[in-house]
Amino acid sequence: MIRPESLLCPKPEGLYCAPGDFFVDPVSPVARAVITHGHADHARAGHGVVIATPETLAIMAERYGADFAGSVQPLAYGESVSRDGVQVTLVPAGHVLGSAQAVVAWKGLTMVVSGDYKRRRDPTCPPFEPVPCDVFISEATFGSPVFRHPDDGHEIAKLLRSVEQFPDRAHMVGAYALGKAQRIIRLLREAGWERTIYVHGALERLNHLYERHGIALGPLAPATSTAKQDFAGQIIIAPPGALADRWSRRFPDPVSAFASGWMQVRARARQRGVELPLVISDHADWDELTATIDELRPGELWITHGREEALMRWAQLHDIKARALALVGYEDETED
Amino acid sequence: MRAFAELLDRLSLTASRNAKLVLLRDHFANAPDPDRGWALAALTGDLTFDAAKPAFIRKAVEARMDPVLFGWSYDYVGDLAETVALVWPARPGANREPELSEVVDALRGASRAEVQRLIEGWLDALDATGRWALLKLMTGGLRIGVSARLAKTAVAAMGQVEVAEVEEVWHALSPPYDDLFAWLEGRSERPTADAPGRFRPVMLAQAIDEAIDFGKLDPDDYAAEWKWDGIRVQAVSEGGVRRLYTRTGDDISRTFPDVIAALDFEGALDGELLVLREGGMASFADLQQRLNRKSVNDKMLADFPAGVRAYDLLSDGGEDLRALPFAQRRARLEAFVGALNTSRIDLSPVQTFATWEELAELRRQPPPGDPTLAEGLMLKRWDSVYEAGRPKGPWFKWKRDPFLIDAVLMYAQRGHGKRSSFYSDYTFGVWTEAVDGSRTLTPVGKAYFGFTDEELKEIDKYVRDHTVDRYGPVRAVRADVRHGLVFEVAFEGLQRSTRHKSGVAMRFPRISRIRWDKPSGEADELATLERMLEQMEGR
Repeated sequence: MIRPESLLCPKPEGLYCAPGDFFVDPVSPVARAVITHGHADHARAGHGVVIATPETLAIMAERYGADFAGSVQPLAYGESVSRDGVQVTLVPAGHVLGSAQAVVAWKGLTMVVSGDYKRRRDPTCPPFEPVPCDVFISEATFGSPVFRHPDDGHEIAKLLRSVEQFPDRAHMVGAYALGKAQRIIRLLREAGWERTIYVHGALERLNHLYERHGIALGPLAPATSTAKQDFAGQIIIAPPGALADRWSRRFPDPVSAFASGWMQVRARARQRGVELPLVISDHADWDELTATIDELRPGELWITHGREEALMRWAQLHDIKARALALVGYEDETED
Repeated sequence: MRAFAELLDRLSLTASRNAKLVLLRDHFANAPDPDRGWALAALTGDLTFDAAKPAFIRKAVEARMDPVLFGWSYDYVGDLAETVALVWPARPGANREPELSEVVDALRGASRAEVQRLIEGWLDALDATGRWALLKLMTGGLRIGVSARLAKTAVAAMGQVEVAEVEEVWHALSPPYDDLFAWLEGRSERPTADAPGRFRPVMLAQAIDEAIDFGKLDPDDYAAEWKWDGIRVQAVSEGGVRRLYTRTGDDISRTFPDVIAALDFEGALDGELLVLREGGMASFADLQQRLNRKSVNDKMLADFPAGVRAYDLLSDGGEDLRALPFAQRRARLEAFVGALNTSRIDLSPVQTFATWEELAELRRQPPPGDPTLAEGLMLKRWDSVYEAGRPKGPWFKWKRDPFLIDAVLMYAQRGHGKRSSFYSDYTFGVWTEAVDGSRTLTPVGKAYFGFTDEELKEIDKYVRDHTVDRYGPVRAVRADVRHGLVFEVAFEGLQRSTRHKSGVAMRFPRISRIRWDKPSGEADELATLERMLEQMEGR
């Protein structure tokens, strides 16, 4: 059997496939790139050829302009492309719209680059599909037993209860512009919130893109009305950075909410001055990470980024050979 | 349990007092009896358990998961109850979530061994927030920024009555307060408040604003007294029931049997709890020896005899005096204390003065004796009735100016909660000179407030940029004759201390200014503090 390192190996730019001559999610411009999903730390502009799902390519074009790469090669879920005997297939990762795992197969060896993923239901993208493999290359953003995300319906109910309890205040929800914001909006709609949701300007284009892909978001309006009291009892969605920004002063006595897996830890919420933490994450939590590895039982587990220490320990206790790649350049979820 | 847990969860992250009141009021209005009563008791500190020690909780979780993973998790979260709540590996097949009242009943009734089994079952049945609340409740000290008074204020708001009305009846009630809620919801009469030995809500003073208030106040309208440096108490003796309360209504009778024995009267006194020796007061450090003790021994009682310096009379032989003006209450007080036959209760003397300037001089230069230990002066309108709360105008406190020294930052420690990413607790030192003339810094105190959030960021950066060593959460900061950050430190007093290397301990130290401009070598010497101490003692 060939060594997995001869198929994929970590380099400063990211994971490199020598026999196929491409990188996965490179952090600096390269000739050929497979992009797992549209978040800025994984999808950067300036590559030669980009292979990704049509949705991810659309997100990149929206963010960087149509000329974000030399050329593009759309690959729908389940489709494959081969080059020099290396076959690449994209499979849903359940992270955000268009997110995919890259299944890389060569001479009987299968390696899965998960990209960022989660296992629970998300109304804005298809669910993660487990693919049996020799090497599973996982993220570990929430790779600590303290991170166990509650049911998102429970978190949305918490938000709606607070709106009811504080009708004179605006509820400002910090949510990452790609994926999280649209998921929150969909979850609110599912919970019966039919009123207009006000959105920060930075979310508008991605909201439109999601709607074009068939994800109905209901009535939205820009959060730029002039009368402060108009926002009493309303829900506003903004990028996390806007919560503590002067931008938030236009709202009456806002309740600062933040939708992120980090909100599981109280000190994190306190540090950011978050009054209403919503533990809603697009990443696998500890139970999802360990259950996925347990389900796949790969010959080897590689961990790309995040809190790999605890997951390494877990793998060791479960007799799974594990290796930390410590790739740099991938930010923790919505830390900005 | 779920509603209570979610309440605690919200409260722990809510800073605004009004928002806290809304959360509390809604809970008291919506939660059923007796759960809401137990919640109120937990928030007012009237419900404590010793069934589950942190060590047991830790053992229980480590029996279920890899201790190494638990250890890393604890390091990351930094709070035992929260860590266990998050990582708890629940056994499947559990269980109905317990109600708060079930938990309380079980914890009060069960043996320790039974309780431990119950706790594991509850932890299995609850979600992370529920587990966190349960562990906070069991291990004591909710520490969620809600005072007993705020909880009572919310209950009062729910019933649309003044908080003083709730405080008035409070000590006639016991958890889970069914009668209180019945009254507040209009289902029954107000519970009887005239239980003998009950607490009366306390009247508090506002800090005077020297620049504004003196121009508007007439010295003839006010009585002045020293502001004694002890703790405010209410000493009540009615129909054979004797109680000593703190100003928030905590019953501290058991800690002060010597004072209780001296309450040989029928009435309610308002005064200052002090250690009194041969008619004179001892320092606050002596009083501290007596505070917060569950039990007291004879030696304690002999070495630190406690007493009350009375300054108001609320009830006299069954007559409620609170509606009388201060001048009349004062006359009654003098007669009342004069008739007592004990050295443990004395009278706080009224200071005569004609002008505010004269009073200012008195404050600046207290005469020898007890006044040198006073914290400043109190001003009370002669015509003021005794009104619960902190009304504006009738009573003022006029604190002594703090002592100031310049000290050099030596160590910085990470803060807690909101400040857990900041180095916000500072140990500072002053210079001592060795025989060979070399100068070294000796730590003299620690302060963690007095600066703005903006200044905290700047100091945090300074600490990170000038770290010379690390010990866990503590960083040693470069501090020598040529380099170092100087703090102007304000404090209320000094005490000799054998526990501190410097031999002195500061009271209530805080950073009053950051002296970015001052060279570290020009900070104060330990000798300066020693001179201050001698002056304070030389009374």
